[in-house]
Amino acid sequence: MSAAPILEVRGLVKHYLTGGLFAPPRPPVRAVQEVSFEVHAGETLALVGESGCGKSTVARTVLRLQEPTAGSARFEGTELFTLAPGPLRQLRRRMQIVFQDPYGSLNPRRTVGASIAEGIEIHRLADRAGTAARVAALLEEVGLDPAYAARYPHAFSGGQRQRIGIARALAVEPRFIVLDEPVSALDVSVQAQVLNLLQALQARRGLSYLFIAHDLAVVRQVAHRTAVMYLGRIVETGPTELLLGDPRHPYTVALRSAVPEPEPGRAAGRIVLAGDPPSPSAPPPGCAFHPRCFHPRRDARCATELPALREVAGRAVACHHADLPAAS
Amino acid sequence: MTPLLDVRDLRVAFPGPAGPCHPVDGVSLALDRGETLALVGESGCGKSLTSLALLRLVPPPGRIAGGHVRLDGADLATLEGEALRAIRGRRIAMIFQDPMTSLNPVFTIGRQVMEVMEVHGLARGAAARARARELLVEVGIPDPDARLDAYPHQLSGGMRQRAMIAMALAGEPELLVADEPTTALDVTVQAQILELLDRLRHERRMGILLITHDLGVVAGRADRVAVMYAGQVVESGTTAEVFAAPAHPYTQGLFASVPRIHGPRRPLVPIPGTVPPPTDWPAGCRFAPRCDRRAAACDAPPALRPVAGTHEARCWLAPEVAR
Repeated sequence: MSAAPILEVRGLVKHYLTGGLFAPPRPPVRAVQEVSFEVHAGETLALVGESGCGKSTVARTVLRLQEPTAGSARFEGTELFTLAPGPLRQLRRRMQIVFQDPYGSLNPRRTVGASIAEGIEIHRLADRAGTAARVAALLEEVGLDPAYAARYPHAFSGGQRQRIGIARALAVEPRFIVLDEPVSALDVSVQAQVLNLLQALQARRGLSYLFIAHDLAVVRQVAHRTAVMYLGRIVETGPTELLLGDPRHPYTVALRSAVPEPEPGRAAGRIVLAGDPPSPSAPPPGCAFHPRCFHPRRDARCATELPALREVAGRAVACHHADLPAAS
Repeated sequence: MTPLLDVRDLRVAFPGPAGPCHPVDGVSLALDRGETLALVGESGCGKSLTSLALLRLVPPPGRIAGGHVRLDGADLATLEGEALRAIRGRRIAMIFQDPMTSLNPVFTIGRQVMEVMEVHGLARGAAARARARELLVEVGIPDPDARLDAYPHQLSGGMRQRAMIAMALAGEPELLVADEPTTALDVTVQAQILELLDRLRHERRMGILLITHDLGVVAGRADRVAVMYAGQVVESGTTAEVFAAPAHPYTQGLFASVPRIHGPRRPLVPIPGTVPPPTDWPAGCRFAPRCDRRAAACDAPPALRPVAGTHEARCWLAPEVAR
């Protein structure tokens, strides 16, 4: 891609300290380890992985909803991790987030209109009449009746609430939106409505998305590029169709294979990984995936030497044996 | 031969401001030993309430307002007291989406598995503990001796779900009702649990009623499928029949809205609108207001009509639609 990325994250680390004032110190939870990626204008990057892989922590740290342990994140050229509170507030207008749970993220005591207007008021983007007109236009843009502005969140279905959450994020005219599992709580027919809406908004407004998800089929539908995370690290990243069409990291292979596809007969050749992901407070030495790996060439090196991300077949992959595709 | 489970015209009623409403409205299902039947649908279609009604667990003020639930010929819909308890947890067991709400946090896994055997007089003491250990092995829990004495919070989500399955198996059930058993799990763990359930029903010749919203889960694991919409079964047949040529526009709409991992990428086609609440069901075909093929005939309620083989659909246009 030609232009500078809108968001550039380098060497992001986030550790959580556990134990307490009176409890003995325990090893830190290494939630995110040396994660680097960039998001370009008008692009969707998906960050994919299972619970505890660190994907949501990456998103929240980038927005400085949590403080990073180390690393750098530049948004439109400005370093975020050292920014003072005042300028950070200004910049937040351009970076928004939509959460998974449309029930928990809307204030039940405020009307939908008031929730959407909040950002416009905080950033003084319009006067009173102008705000009302903008709220109405936003509701229309996300496919809702402008009259809904006077109602309270409990009156709406999950899909409608997610549309309201999207309208609220759009209210401050952001360039970049973190979508944290935005359709995971929705029924499939409603999920399709919301995914189509997100794509239409991206095309119309030139938005960039960081799409946090666990569902590879959903990711395939919306993401231009995908980064797969395992135990705090990106293990494979590249163009979505390439990565899902010919995955090279054994974990990506297993993740793709585990997607329940609505086609009888597909389950037959499925790779079923043994065990659970290890704890991020005691990651295995070497490649963190090696205790569950099924690659035909896995060897002693996998248990001792951490594989670096390297270019193989058009994507970056952190596996010593990526040149030979793992059986799929 | 009588099927293991035979549900006929099951209705569940809840009082409403304008008279009773029926979130489950005339559901019929049949399930044989060693067979998995998937009950599929979106939130609010009545699938979970149907499964609760089988065990007479409809939350008040709801009640079973009609129909039969026969297990091996005996009607559960009218049983009371001791006779009902002898079936629940024994001949029919149930597992839920969230094992944390079904496992008691203050008792060990072993204790809870043993309790099922004790309550039903199957085993006690050392024999029950030995049997509980065998069950943990059977459901694939590693290091069973240590896990017998572990508390639920000490296990991962996948291991808890296995523990709940071990508890369900402790009564040696003939029928397992699994309500969204893998929805809360990561996909790689989901694959493990589905494989386990599949193995158990073959080895034990147990019938499984699998309640799910996920057509992908159905495709891999169910012999037959019943699709529910607005309190009714709108389509049923073998998984092969229904997936090869879905006949009801709702089922077709579900397929068109699911993103796929294989094959060419295509735009998702959502179903417009939302499921109406049970107080507001249309008088004719309940899907008609959202259906792009609705015709004059759809003002009258359609019955399930044969499509081909065992394949049926509740749609006036079904045979034409399928082609």
